[in-house]
Amino acid sequence: MLKINGLHARVEEKEILKGIDLEVKPGEVHAIMGPNGSGKSTLASVLAGREDFEVTDGSVQYMGQDLLEMEPEERAREGIFLAFQYPVEIPGVSTTNFLKTAVNQVRQHKGKDSLDAVAFLKMMKEKMKLVDIDQSLLSRSLNEGFSGGEKKRNEIFQMAMLEPTLAILDETDSGLDIDALRIVGNGVNALRNQDTATIVVTHYPRLLEYIVPDFVHVLYNGRIVKSGSKELALELEEKGYDWIKETVDAAV
Amino acid sequence: MSLEQAFITYIKDREATINGQGDTAWHQRRRAAFADFEKLGFPEKKDEEYRYTPISRALEREFDGNEITKADISAQAVQEFLDEIVPADISASILVYVNGEFQSSFSRTENMPEGVIVTSLSQAYQDHSELIDQYFAQQTAEQSDSFVALNTAVAQEGLFVYVPKNTIVETPILAYFISDTSNGASVASPRNLYIAEQSSKVSVIESFHTLGEGASYQNAVSEIWVDANASVYYNKLQPENNKAYHTGTTEVYQARDSRFTGVTVSLQGAMIRNNLNVASDGENCETHMYGLYMLDGKSHVDNHTAVDHRKPNSFSNELYKGIMGEQSKGVFNGKVYVRQDAQKTNAFQSNANILLTNEASIDTKPQLEIWADDVKCSHGATTGQIDKEQLFYLRTRGMSKDQATAILLRAFAGDVLENIELDFIRQQIESVIDQRLNTNF
Repeated sequence: MLKINGLHARVEEKEILKGIDLEVKPGEVHAIMGPNGSGKSTLASVLAGREDFEVTDGSVQYMGQDLLEMEPEERAREGIFLAFQYPVEIPGVSTTNFLKTAVNQVRQHKGKDSLDAVAFLKMMKEKMKLVDIDQSLLSRSLNEGFSGGEKKRNEIFQMAMLEPTLAILDETDSGLDIDALRIVGNGVNALRNQDTATIVVTHYPRLLEYIVPDFVHVLYNGRIVKSGSKELALELEEKGYDWIKETVDAAV
Repeated sequence: MSLEQAFITYIKDREATINGQGDTAWHQRRRAAFADFEKLGFPEKKDEEYRYTPISRALEREFDGNEITKADISAQAVQEFLDEIVPADISASILVYVNGEFQSSFSRTENMPEGVIVTSLSQAYQDHSELIDQYFAQQTAEQSDSFVALNTAVAQEGLFVYVPKNTIVETPILAYFISDTSNGASVASPRNLYIAEQSSKVSVIESFHTLGEGASYQNAVSEIWVDANASVYYNKLQPENNKAYHTGTTEVYQARDSRFTGVTVSLQGAMIRNNLNVASDGENCETHMYGLYMLDGKSHVDNHTAVDHRKPNSFSNELYKGIMGEQSKGVFNGKVYVRQDAQKTNAFQSNANILLTNEASIDTKPQLEIWADDVKCSHGATTGQIDKEQLFYLRTRGMSKDQATAILLRAFAGDVLENIELDFIRQQIESVIDQRLNTNF
C-alpha cells in the first residue's frame, strides 16, 4: 500500500528526515515511536502533503502512485487521512457542514453518489457512537473552544466519517487522559480491517496497549534506527529512549 | 465642460423653470445647498476626508457632464436584470430607479398597513409636502460635505418611506438603483428619506447596480429618522461593476429607546465611498453597524462611519470586514464619539481584513473620541492573510484549495452576513465568493 524509500526532507535549511525506509501493507498497524524532535511528526506531515517541508530525496509510492506528486486534497480523496497532533480551530465553520462537503468530495472522487441530508445524518449518528462525541459539539465551530480531548475525538470522528484506506495518527494520544485514550483507541480499532492500514505516531508506548501494532519502528535523528514487533514498545516503556540514543550515538 | 460645472449649470437652468414648489421650506434648503456646493466644489486633493479616495479627479476624468440629462434606458436590459436578481415569489415592495428616474412599470408595493407611505420622492414632494418640509435635509451636513450639498441641491428622485406610530411593516422594501449604460455613461443622484415614527418597525434595502459596459456615477443620500422606540433595519448593497463610481451618505437619527441596524456590502466598483453617520441622540439607543467589502480587480471601496453618542446609557456595536483580492484597495475609517453627557455608553468597534494578494491593500483607521468618564468602549483593527494552517487542514479532508479558501472566506464574512435579513440576498453574496474562487478572486 505504502512504500517509502530513502526519504529525505527539510524545513528551510534544516534537514529533518535523513533517509526513511518503510513499507506498509493492507491490514497492518505500524507504530512510529521516538523521542521529541526525532522527525515523527515531520514524517506524518510529509505523507499528508504539508508544504512547509521540502522533500530533497527519496520516493513515496502509495497504491502504485507517486504520492509526492499529489496535492494534499488528492491524497485525502485517494484515502489518506491525517489525524492532526494539533487540530486546527476554524471559527465560523461547523464540523457538520464541513464534513458534509468533505465526505461528498471523497465520495464523488470514488464515483459514488453524494449523500443527501438524511443519509449523511444517519451516517453521522452511527459514527458518533463510536467515539462517544456529542451532537452539540458537532454543531459548533470546528474545534473552536474544544478541550484537547474533544479535539482528538473529533479527529477520530472525522476519520470514521471519511473511511480512509491509510490513516496516520500524529500523536493522537498526547495530552489525553486514560478515558479519552480508551475512546480513541476503541474508535481506531473499530475501523481496522484487512484492506486498511494505520500508522500510529506516538511518543508514549501507553497508546499501544489500546491500539496493538503489528510493527514498531523507532525514529531517531531522522532515521528509523530500530524496528520490531509490539514487544519493542514494551521495552521502550521500561527503558525509555535513552538506551536507543546511546546505542545509535555510540555507533556513529 | 467639467462634471462639477455641468451640475451647476443644470441646477441653475432648472431653478429658472421651477414654479409652485419654489417657496416651500424644503426647496429653500435645496437653494442653500446649491450655494454650499458652488462654494465647496468637489473635494480637493488635499481634503483630509478624501485623502485615500481621490474621487474628484476620477469623476472629472470619466464624465463630461452630458450624462446628467441623458437617461435613455433599455427596458429589456432592466427587465432581464430584475428577473435574474429578484426572486419571483418574494413578498416585498420593489421600487426601481434607472438612471435617476423612477420606473413605475417595474415597481410594485405590497399591501401596507394603514397610513404607511411607500412612494417615489417626486410623488412625495407633491402629495406629502408637509412631511418633506419637516424632515428633508434636516440632518445632512451640506456646509461641510460637497457631495451631500450637491445631492440636496440636485436630487429629484428616490425612495420615500413613512411609517406612522405603532405600525409594523412586515414586508421588506427593496429599492434598486440601476445605472443602465447600454446607451452610454450614466450619472444619477438618488435621494431617499425614511421616517419611522414612535414604536414602528421597517426594513429598507438599497441595492446599486450598473448594467452594460459603460461608466456610471451615483451620488446618493439617505436620511433615516428612527423615532422613540422604533426599529429600522437598513441594508445597502453594491454589487455594481468595475466601472461604477459611487459617493453615498446615509444619515441616521435615533431618538430614545430606538434600534438601528445597518449592513453595508460592497462587491465591486471603480471607486466607492460610503459614509454612514449615526446620531445616537437619546437614552437606551441600540446601534448595530455591519459592513463587508469583498473586492477584486482594481476595485476601490472606502467606508467612513461615525457614531455620535450624545446621551447616556446607549449601546453601539460596529463590525466591518474586508476581503481584498487582486489589486483591490479598501479604506476603513470609523469614528466613535462619546459626548460628555453620554455616561454609561457601551461602544464597540472592530475592523478585520484579509488580503489575498500582495497587490491588494487596506488603509484602516479606527478612531475613538471620548469626553465622558464612565463608559465601556473598545476598538481595533486587524489585517492578515488566509490562515495557511486552516487551509492545509481542510485540504487534508479532501477539499480543493479553492473550495477550502471559499469555506474560510465564507466563515470570515459570516458574522457580518448573518445580519442580513433576507436569505436570498445573503445567498447571492455567498455565491459571489464561490464564483470568484472558480475564476481569479
